[in-house]
Amino acid sequence: MYQYDEIDQRIVDERVAQFRDQTRRFLAGQISEDDFRPLRLQNGLYIQRHAPMLRVAIPYGVLASRQLRKLAHIARAYDRGTGHFSTRQNIQFNWPQLEQVPDILAELATVQMHAIQTSGNCVRNTTTDHFAGVAADELIDPRVYCELIRQWSTFHPEFAFLPRKFKIAVNGALEDRAATWVHDIGLHAVRADDGEIGFRVIVGGGLGRTPMIGTVVREFLPWRHLLTYLEAILRVYNRYGRRDNKHKARIKILVKAMTPERFQREVEAEWAQLQDGPNTVVEEELARIEARMLRPRYENLPDGAPAELQRALQEERAFRRWHERNVHAHQVPGYASVVLSLKATGRAPGDATAEQMDAVADLADRYGFGEIRVSHEQNLILPDIRQADLPELHAQLKALGFATPNIGLLTNIISCPGGDFCSLANARSIPVAQAIQQRFDDLDRLYDIGELDLNISGCMNACGHHHVGNIGILGVDKHGSEFYQITIGGSQAPARLGRVIGPSLGHEEVPDAIEALIGVYLEARLHAEERFVDVVERLGLEPFRERVYAQPEAEVLYA
Amino acid sequence: MPDVIRNRRIETDSFLRVESLDGVAPDADVLVPLALLATQRDVLQARSGKLGLWLETADEPVEVAQYLPLLDLVVVHFASFADGRGHSIARLLRERHGFRGEIRAVGDVFKETLFYLSRCGFDAFVLRPGESVEEALKGFDVFSEAYQASVERPSPLFRRRQAAVSKGLPA
Ligand code: HEM
Ligand code: SF4
Repeated sequence: MYQYDEIDQRIVDERVAQFRDQTRRFLAGQISEDDFRPLRLQNGLYIQRHAPMLRVAIPYGVLASRQLRKLAHIARAYDRGTGHFSTRQNIQFNWPQLEQVPDILAELATVQMHAIQTSGNCVRNTTTDHFAGVAADELIDPRVYCELIRQWSTFHPEFAFLPRKFKIAVNGALEDRAATWVHDIGLHAVRADDGEIGFRVIVGGGLGRTPMIGTVVREFLPWRHLLTYLEAILRVYNRYGRRDNKHKARIKILVKAMTPERFQREVEAEWAQLQDGPNTVVEEELARIEARMLRPRYENLPDGAPAELQRALQEERAFRRWHERNVHAHQVPGYASVVLSLKATGRAPGDATAEQMDAVADLADRYGFGEIRVSHEQNLILPDIRQADLPELHAQLKALGFATPNIGLLTNIISCPGGDFCSLANARSIPVAQAIQQRFDDLDRLYDIGELDLNISGCMNACGHHHVGNIGILGVDKHGSEFYQITIGGSQAPARLGRVIGPSLGHEEVPDAIEALIGVYLEARLHAEERFVDVVERLGLEPFRERVYAQPEAEVLYA
Repeated sequence: MPDVIRNRRIETDSFLRVESLDGVAPDADVLVPLALLATQRDVLQARSGKLGLWLETADEPVEVAQYLPLLDLVVVHFASFADGRGHSIARLLRERHGFRGEIRAVGDVFKETLFYLSRCGFDAFVLRPGESVEEALKGFDVFSEAYQASVERPSPLFRRRQAAVSKGLPA
C-alpha cells in the first residue's frame, strides 16, 4: 500500500479544509443548493432517498487495518453502524449528516483516505484486480501504475469537468479481474518480449443504459507514455464528448459515433503533440512510489500444503468446501489469499457492520500483514495468509459469519443498493437478492450448480453489473410497480453482455424463474465442468425462455 | 465589461464588446466575435486600439491560431462552469499555439473554479454577478501544491518531488 508523503497529506488536508468552508457557506445560505451540488458531488456526497450518502474511495481496493478500523469508527459514530462496499472499490455510508461530513473527511484524512472525485463528472477512483501483487497468474503488479494514475487524476486542471464520469481500470494478470472491457478506459499491463512493461489500451466500454464492450486503441503503450496517452484520450473526450444529453455523454457514445478508427486517429494525432512532453513518466517516480508501497515481509516457507492444512482438508468437509471456493492461490510459496464472503443469506450484499470491520482488521493484523482488499464483487480479502493458518482462520471467519463458501457460486450475488436507498431506482434489489439466496441456501445444491455469477441492478444505470452476470436481473418500473427483467449469458471475462429472455417478472416470480433456468441447465449440461454460461452459449436462449415462461404464474404477464 | 481580476488584483477593464465596428473610435479597445475577425481582419489590424477575441467553449482553437499574433486578449465564455471544453481551449492556446496575451474566463466563474482555470492558462477572470471578490481571491490558494503539469507550472510534481520534499515544506 502506498504511504503518503507530506505533500500527499497536505493536499488531502487542504481538501478537507476546502469542503468544510464550502459546507459552512452552504449552511449559512451563502452558496445556493444548485452551486453546492457539484461541490459536494466531487467529494462523494449524494443526496439520496433518505439521507445524504457519502462515498469514500479505497484506491485500487487496498486497505490497511487501521484504515478499516477508521471506517468502522465512522460507521459507528456517524452512521447507523454499517458500511456498504460497492462494486467500484468504494465504501458508501448511507446515513451521515451533512453537517458532519467535513468531520468525517477530516477523520479519513488522518489515515490517508479521502472521498475526492468519488462522484461527479471527473476521473473517478481507479480500480484494479483485487489480487494485485499476490495472484499467482500475475504478469506485473498494477498498483504502482494505479497510484501514478490516482495522483495524475486528482484535481487535474483540465479534466475536472468532463462531459460525464470517467472510470479507469487496470489489470496485470492473465485473468481479467478488473472488468477492464467495460470501463471508459481499461488498461492491461503487459510485458513485451524484450521485457519492457506497457499497456494494452481499451477505450469506450461501459455498462449503464447502453452497455458496450470497449475497443482496443493501442496494443502496446510503453509505460513512460502512460500519462501523456491518457491525456490525449481525455482531451479528445473532453472536447468532443456530448454535453447536451447526459445519457449520451459517456466516452463509449463518442467512440461509437466517431467510429473507433477515427477516434483512434484523433487520439494518436493529439498524442503526437504530447508525446515525450513533461508528463512522460520517469523511472525515478516509479521507484519512489514503489519505495512507499509497504510490501509484506514474507517468510521463507516451503512450497506445498503444510500438514495442518492437509489434515483439515481431509477431515472437514466444510473446510474443504471453503478452501475450494474462498481460498485463492498466492505467488509466494506457503501463502494464500482468502476471500471473506459478505454474501451470507439474509444480509444485504456488500454490507458490513462496524463490529465486523473491526474484527476483520484484527484478523488482518493477526494472520496477515495488516492488509485487506476490497473486491468489485463486494467481498473483502485477506491477501497474505500462511497456509498453515487457514484452518484456524476458517474457524474465526465462521464465527463472524464471513465463511460462507460461495465465492464464484450463485449466492455470491453482486447487488446495488437499489430502491431501499437509491433515489434513481426502479425497483428494490436487496430483497430480491435475499429471496434468491434463501431459495438456494442448500450448499450441496449450490455446489452441484457450480460456477455462476448472478448480478442485480435496481435500474438501467447498472451499478450492480447485471449485463455481465451469467444471470442478470434488472429492476424496471411498470405502471408504478416493481418488475424484473432477466438476462442470461453475460460474462465479465471474457466480456460478454447478457441477452434478455423475455417479458419482465414480478418480485415473487424471480426465485422461480432462477429455479427454472437452473433446471434447464442441470438437465442439459454434458458434464459437471460445463458451466451455466457455457450451456447458454451452446443452446441459446430458447430452452431457458420456454421453461421460465411455461410457469403458470409468469404466463399472466404476457397478457 | 465589469471589473476583472488580474494578477490577483481587481483592475478596471478597457475592452468594449462589439459586434461591428460602426461608430467605434479607432483607439477604443474592442472585443469581437470570431466572425468579425474573419471578415474584417485587415480593418481590425489597422486600428490603434487593443484587440480581443470572444470565444464560446464550442469554438476550435485551431481556427483561432492564425489570428493570435493580432490579439491582446482571448475571452472564453463559460455558459456553465461545468463545461470543461474551455479548460482545454486555454491549454491549447498556451501550450500548443504559444499565445502569450491575456486569456480571460467570463460567465459562470466563481471561487471554486479559479484553481482549475488558472492552471489551464487563464490569467484574468470576471466573476459572475453577486460573488464576493475578496472571498473568490482565496480560491487561488486553497491548494498549495498540485500533481499535474500545468500552464502555471509546466513540470509535474513527480519531476519536482524529490526537491520539493527535501526542502521541507510545511506539512
Ligand atoms: C446509491 C447511490 C448511487 C447512485 C445515485 C448511482 C448512480 C449511477 C448512475 C446514474 C450510473 C450510470 C452512469 C452512466 O451510465 O452514465 C451509475 C453507474 C454505475 N455505478 Fe452507480 N450509483 C449509486 C450507487 C452505486 C453503488 C452502490 C455501486 C456499487 C455497488 C455503484 C457502481 C456503479 C457502477 C459499477 C456503474 C457502472 C456503469 C458504468 O459506469 O458504466 N453505484 N451509477
Ligand atoms: S443501478 Fe440504479 S438503483 Fe442501483 S444503485 Fe445504481 S442508480 Fe441506484
